[in-house]
Amino acid sequence: MTHPENATEFLKDSQKAKWHDETLWFVRDKRDKVSKGIPEWEQLRDLASGIKDNVLANLADYLEEFERNATKNGIIVHWAADSEAHNRLVLEILQQQNCTAVVKSKSILTEECHLNPYLEKHGVEVVDTDLGERIVQFLNQPPSHIVLPAIHLKKGEISELFHEKLHTEKGNEDPAYLTQAARVHLREKFFAAKVAITGVNFGIAETGEFVVCTNEGNADMGVHLAKVHIACMGIEKILPRRKDLGVFLRLLARSATGQPITNYNSHFRSPSPEKEIHIILVDNGRTAQLAREKFRNSLKCIRCGACMNTCPIYRRSGGFSYNSTVPGPIGSILSPGLDLKKHSSLPFASTLCGSCTDVCPVKINIHEQLYEWRQEVTKTQGEFAKGLSMKLANGIFKSPLAYKISGSLMRNALKSLPNSLIYHPLNIWGKNRNLPDPPKESFQQWYRKNRS
Amino acid sequence: MSSREKILSAIRSLTLEPKALPDIPHFSNPGNLEERFTQSISCNKGEVLSKSEFEEWLSTSGFSKVISLSPQFSELATLSLPEDPHALETLEVAILDGQFGVAENGAIWLEDTQLGLRALPFATEHLVIVLDRNRLEDTMHQGYDKIAAAQSGFGLFLAGPSKTADIEQSLVIGAQGAKSLRVVLV
Repeated sequence: MTHPENATEFLKDSQKAKWHDETLWFVRDKRDKVSKGIPEWEQLRDLASGIKDNVLANLADYLEEFERNATKNGIIVHWAADSEAHNRLVLEILQQQNCTAVVKSKSILTEECHLNPYLEKHGVEVVDTDLGERIVQFLNQPPSHIVLPAIHLKKGEISELFHEKLHTEKGNEDPAYLTQAARVHLREKFFAAKVAITGVNFGIAETGEFVVCTNEGNADMGVHLAKVHIACMGIEKILPRRKDLGVFLRLLARSATGQPITNYNSHFRSPSPEKEIHIILVDNGRTAQLAREKFRNSLKCIRCGACMNTCPIYRRSGGFSYNSTVPGPIGSILSPGLDLKKHSSLPFASTLCGSCTDVCPVKINIHEQLYEWRQEVTKTQGEFAKGLSMKLANGIFKSPLAYKISGSLMRNALKSLPNSLIYHPLNIWGKNRNLPDPPKESFQQWYRKNRS
Repeated sequence: MSSREKILSAIRSLTLEPKALPDIPHFSNPGNLEERFTQSISCNKGEVLSKSEFEEWLSTSGFSKVISLSPQFSELATLSLPEDPHALETLEVAILDGQFGVAENGAIWLEDTQLGLRALPFATEHLVIVLDRNRLEDTMHQGYDKIAAAQSGFGLFLAGPSKTADIEQSLVIGAQGAKSLRVVLV
């Protein structure tokens, strides 16, 4: 299904769609307020962008430096060229530990690699421990937003779900009550798990450490109780120096949810005695994106989600309409690089208003890249329905006589044709657009009457 | 070819324009550090207390399972630090010393030496951090200057209690980790 088709589905529940739109705008507004409290905000964005430029220009060196230092610290470093290699590595570590139940904190990378279904197929129970992720996991859904995974659900739906899965009181929709029920359920899982999986927000080449940020503390609950910690990191998450974290931690949570920092920002440098930390450095299409000069700097993304919260299309079409692991504006420039055919409608899911670019903490020129992807899509897919009407128009504009005749034909046709024909599915311009009333006469006719 | 070689050679095969690593200038903000820190903690849904306020809270709370790794409050402990973090499941209060706090966002830096067990500040039901009021920094930049050469196997900027807004964006304090954070400025 294309983005417009999915969006139509989302918009059927107009009340919920309105709530979704307003709630995300509220988050965007919080981001504005908190960022205005930092006089050097724009300077920080420039710095973050510059640091990431430097990282992408020296990525191989930084990765090797990170590997060297992490290994020195006692972290076991693995590399995975693609999702299959990544999933296999995770499974091997679990099998070495005879582990059949694992807790996992938020990681968009493992979503991208479809790790959960892979592990489940091999007999491993995976418990997503971020509350929003646990909710969508119960529903067998992917997250609809990278920071707010269950933003597409109302508390009534969650209450029903928890009644079924966690035996909460029927009809009790109090978020505090539901969260408490999830707390009890998840803490049981934390205290039982032998292995915990996390994502990675930043990996530091200079020190060989990596940083994981959460508000719930779920990543830490998992890894500090488990014997083995597996961290999954995209290769673009590298930063050169520890002090670069000062820039990025100031930007990340403010951009994401409008809070000054996430409540837990954990720096993992070496394992506790008798424990293990594994880190998997994953490519899965990132080096291919690095090779595309026009789209290279999409790899600067720190997954804050600000571009989604501000996007008029995302807010009014919901995360699932993108049918891509990372939805929204940034997803629409990352996903076509992974599968252009599948994601060909995404670069068009934008008004090109540029708001995404304005809020991006690492200054990715998202709307310009959306425009560039449109060119790529049209180049490779050529004959769209629009292409055919353009050819027709070309013939008409070339001949003055054809132009004159077609104009008068069209004025009469629009008056007399039934709507079913004008808004026929073949006429994609008619979709969600009302044609203006046709003028009574052409400009030439008007000019002859009034000016000659 | 191994994944490692594949990735590194794919990157090295590209001609990438050199880009200099920018220097981070010195940023600082005007204003009283303690006031800003206190405001930040309360904004993160924590609470800043004086020593006497804290002692009064603990004595009236009725908690009986208390671990204290803070030397100046060692007499408040009812339990010693266990060897296995799984024994922390029913812990009610943990009292720890913070190294320093950051005024702009309330983040407090802790390392293995302060934590005893890495699970401690997360697994406990209520967390108390004791902090020297003369050890407040302006922004995260000054914070990272302080720990530039630190070597701890684990370090943590902790800024508040465990919280979530995953159900309809309603803020709930006490998700999976500690249900409250009290910072005692001494």
